[in-house]
Amino acid sequence: MRNYEVTFIVDPTLSSDEVKATVQKYADMLTASGYDIVHIDEMGLRQLAYDIKKRHSGVYFCIEYKGNDGQVIDKMELALRRDDKILRFLTVALDKFGVKYNEDKRAGKIGKKNREAILAKKKNDEDLDDAADADLA
Amino acid sequence: MATSRDDIKFLSNPNIGSTRKKYCRFKKFGIKHIDYKDADFLLQFINEQGKLLPRRITGNSLKYQRKVSTAVKRARHLGMLPYLADLMK
Repeated sequence: MRNYEVTFIVDPTLSSDEVKATVQKYADMLTASGYDIVHIDEMGLRQLAYDIKKRHSGVYFCIEYKGNDGQVIDKMELALRRDDKILRFLTVALDKFGVKYNEDKRAGKIGKKNREAILAKKKNDEDLDDAADADLA
Repeated sequence: MATSRDDIKFLSNPNIGSTRKKYCRFKKFGIKHIDYKDADFLLQFINEQGKLLPRRITGNSLKYQRKVSTAVKRARHLGMLPYLADLMK
């Protein structure tokens, strides 16, 4: 069993239905070729660090899937490359740590929640410091 | 002759000159996978021009420095990090 992950950026000027249809098309392509989709992660509309196809932002999607071989990748990348609605894509093979990481991320063990808590704490401390400084002044 | 003062223990800061030992954070905290989609995390390993920081500065072991560099390059391809920037931090 091999695990893969394909991340792609969909054109943000499309309506949300069209975006969904585009993603569904690729998900269907995978299931039709006999691959199991582990998870479809919608990462949402994000600002791009640089312009791609004259767009400043894009809708990020990430499909994690598994199968016995990687035969579908060529087919899928060709389709993605020919698709005007796709700004960029990247297929990555996941090792066991990657699979574990994604599971943990879905379970909420990694990432934003912890980091936001830490950031909030830091901010709170800074506010306290500022307040202390203000008191001193 | 100045009278001795108890509150002054050192003439200079004793911490100056003694460098803290650098360590690889991935080894220390047991991080096995570096996510290329996590741009905020990768921001720690690039300088303000968007260039990768050397191991000399980050303290990463070679194994994880290679993984960091692949992750940053993937993030750049996906438009999450810039290829070149001015004052991004």
